[in-house]
Amino acid sequence: MIGLEHYLTVAALLFVTGIFGIFINRKNIIVILMSIELMLLAVNINMVAFSTHMGDLVGQVFTLFILTVAAAEAAIGLAILVCFFRNRGTIAVEDVNVMKG
Amino acid sequence: MTVAAVIFYLFACTAVASGLLVVLARNPVHSVLWLILTFFTSAGLFIMMGAEFVALLLVIVYVGAVAVLFLFVVMMLDVDFAELKQGIAKHMPIALLVGVVLVMELMLIIGSGLWAGQTEVVREGLSPTPEGVENTVALGQIIYTRYIYLFQASGLILFVAMVGAIVLTLRHRVDVKRQNVITQMHRDPAQAVVMKDVKPGQGI
Repeated sequence: MIGLEHYLTVAALLFVTGIFGIFINRKNIIVILMSIELMLLAVNINMVAFSTHMGDLVGQVFTLFILTVAAAEAAIGLAILVCFFRNRGTIAVEDVNVMKG
Repeated sequence: MTVAAVIFYLFACTAVASGLLVVLARNPVHSVLWLILTFFTSAGLFIMMGAEFVALLLVIVYVGAVAVLFLFVVMMLDVDFAELKQGIAKHMPIALLVGVVLVMELMLIIGSGLWAGQTEVVREGLSPTPEGVENTVALGQIIYTRYIYLFQASGLILFVAMVGAIVLTLRHRVDVKRQNVITQMHRDPAQAVVMKDVKPGQGI
């Protein structure tokens, strides 16, 4: 029987995969953004798993909102990326020091 | 093993494996394609959980919009991706360390299962799943009533994101020919048309 723990395990593995991706692709911001999408997907799986397990629909409603924010984040992130590429001709994150941060 | 378990393990293994390939693939285009596979298999998991609406939303929003956006950007930017892959071997040990430690921590929490029996006792569901109503209908019944303000706010977030993306990427190019409406409207036949009397057998 497939229970809550199974789904939580999948979500945990996906989340850790996202963190792992951020760590190994330090230069490639496109893959970093994809890793963030993976982590948000893992959070969504957790939300829906708990929602269906406890018979409470709120989790699925909030999955909807997480999805919205994830889409907005991807759009803005990629827009900044395109903008940065036009100015600098590269997308290496280590070169991002225009603002001396 | 029941059919449901087989399907679950199929989806789960595919999701985790393609998730790993997203971060390990050499070519970012392949990364995006693996990401799409991850989203599809996660949608399958959602359908197995009984959340059809969220599953189809995942396919439409993530695969249809976000992944295609990634694909556009990856293919549009002319980047030397081999050069960006340089640091992988250097960062691999620390990344593996962090990954393994995190997996072990999360598995300890999930495996202990201390919370599993208690959660349902702690509180009643805020919006219990109604009996005999489809998932999509039930979600619609609470999104448009109790969560209407949050729903509107998410629409506002999308709007702001759209405006932001357009403002960031729109550029006014000076080296292209544009339509100048004022000049067009101020032209009259006196300036625009010249009468030529062309003699037979001669050009202009």
